[in-house]
Amino acid sequence: MTVGKKLWVIILIKLFVFFVIMKWFFFPDFLQTRFDKDEERSEYVLEQLTQ
Amino acid sequence: MIDSIDLSLVNWSRGQFALTAYYHWLFVPLTLGLSFILVFMETLYVRTGDEMWKRITKFWMTLFGINFAIGVATGIIMEFEFGTNWSSYSWFVGDIFGAPLAIEGIMAFFMETTFLAVMFFGWNKISKKWHLASTWLVAIGANLSALWILVANAWMQHPIGMQFNPDTARNEMQNFWDVLFSPVAVNKWLHTTTSGFVLASVFVVGVSSWFLVKKREILLAKRSILVAATFGILSSIFVIWSGDGSTRQIVHVQPMKFAAIEGLYHGQEGAGLVAIGVMSQSEEDPENENIKDFAFRIEIPNFLSYMAYGHFEAFVPGVIDLIEGNEEQGILSSAEKMERGKYAREVLRDLKEAKAANDVVVYEAQKAKFMDPGFQDNYFKYFGYGFINDPQQLIPNVPLSFYSFHLMVGLGFFFLFLFILMLIFVMRDTIERRRGWLRLAIWSIALAYLASMSGWTVAEMGRQPWVVQDLMPTFAAVSQIDAGMVQVTFWLFAAIFTTLAIAEVRIMTRQIKLGPKDGRK
Repeated sequence: MTVGKKLWVIILIKLFVFFVIMKWFFFPDFLQTRFDKDEERSEYVLEQLTQ
Repeated sequence: MIDSIDLSLVNWSRGQFALTAYYHWLFVPLTLGLSFILVFMETLYVRTGDEMWKRITKFWMTLFGINFAIGVATGIIMEFEFGTNWSSYSWFVGDIFGAPLAIEGIMAFFMETTFLAVMFFGWNKISKKWHLASTWLVAIGANLSALWILVANAWMQHPIGMQFNPDTARNEMQNFWDVLFSPVAVNKWLHTTTSGFVLASVFVVGVSSWFLVKKREILLAKRSILVAATFGILSSIFVIWSGDGSTRQIVHVQPMKFAAIEGLYHGQEGAGLVAIGVMSQSEEDPENENIKDFAFRIEIPNFLSYMAYGHFEAFVPGVIDLIEGNEEQGILSSAEKMERGKYAREVLRDLKEAKAANDVVVYEAQKAKFMDPGFQDNYFKYFGYGFINDPQQLIPNVPLSFYSFHLMVGLGFFFLFLFILMLIFVMRDTIERRRGWLRLAIWSIALAYLASMSGWTVAEMGRQPWVVQDLMPTFAAVSQIDAGMVQVTFWLFAAIFTTLAIAEVRIMTRQIKLGPKDGRK
């Protein structure tokens, strides 16, 4: 395999692992997934900052 | 609940961020610096028409491509972590980070990758001058995209140009130009990118030295050293100048970091600069692991005062002054700052409760305080101190900060010396006989990465406990998630990034051993 092809394979595997496996299964956005509205997110963070 | 935060969650989250940032930074500085070295080599090809310069450019371009391909998207992981592990922080800084990161994404994606494709695949398809223009734009694009992420980082070190909105718990950008042209941001960008130029120059000099040791590709190696050593000397001078500028700013905006990197516990007038020092357990406070004394030191008298304030008798505050305060020098004690921070948090709590209870009078009164410049300067400025329970929490790891800083500075001067020497050897045409120096240059590649990583250790460990200077401590920034999950992803990333680093080294060394594609000796 030429170095160019090898690099393309690495790039594609890496993007799949990062964006499909890691992001999908391990890195949900904490505030986006728990709350529907920005007001609720603000309230939650305010609670964290003031307690 | 700040009081019930699991410290192992904080430590694993910090560890994971440090791991991914360090691995990401393995790839970045070589891209920043090698892109400009390619520009100089290709410019020489276009101006002279000498095919050897084209051959040299294409060889280094292949190594640049390997580094770029393996490193690309490794930084995106940190954005995943912001959303998952650091949600309170992300929300708190969201509006400030949004603009620079969006511009960074657009710039990195469009400018860099578009012209990168032309640079790699455009040889013999477009004119020499257009190809050279593409190479220039790749270098400019790469370094400009670094600007935006460094602007965001600089804001965390010195938050300005914003107004805190107590209704949303977010900092909102008031003046984009204040954020972009903050002196900390400008210096950080100049210092970081030029340190990448130095690393790339060491890389080119080191790899070229390997060819000379092996008695291969002699002309390629000599010409490459000529370009890289010249670029390295100019970049090193710039790194020293911008580093000096950064230090002068740190003493004003992050005095505790400055005291830590200099190992200065007791402030003094005419403070000496510790050029070389070995820390030991302090007799003064043997119970405190973080308080160390010097077992040995070589000091340049009065030079720290000069470096910090521009005159030899100036007072430089030490760790103890910053904790206990120094009325004579106008330094507030940490206890006073903690009181003010707690008051700012109380005002925010009252505002939140008044809003929930529909108490318009109290709500408006508390909100007005956040808009009042007096409250901002005297109370909200210390908001983060309101989370601190023990002043000892305000002291970063002094030995780590001290050694990282001195290692970085020492190696920086060593690289300047190495570049000058290698340039002299090439110009006198004696370099092939300097086997010892050639071998040292090869090993210096590892030292360049060590210096670069030390720089980030100084910047990030030295500013602890803050994630946003004085406004948000690191432990208040984490999401309330399962520490076990953070441990799992820590090890997953450790495995993935280690694999990538091994792939980088193996593919890179194999390509170096193969040499330029045409196989000409």
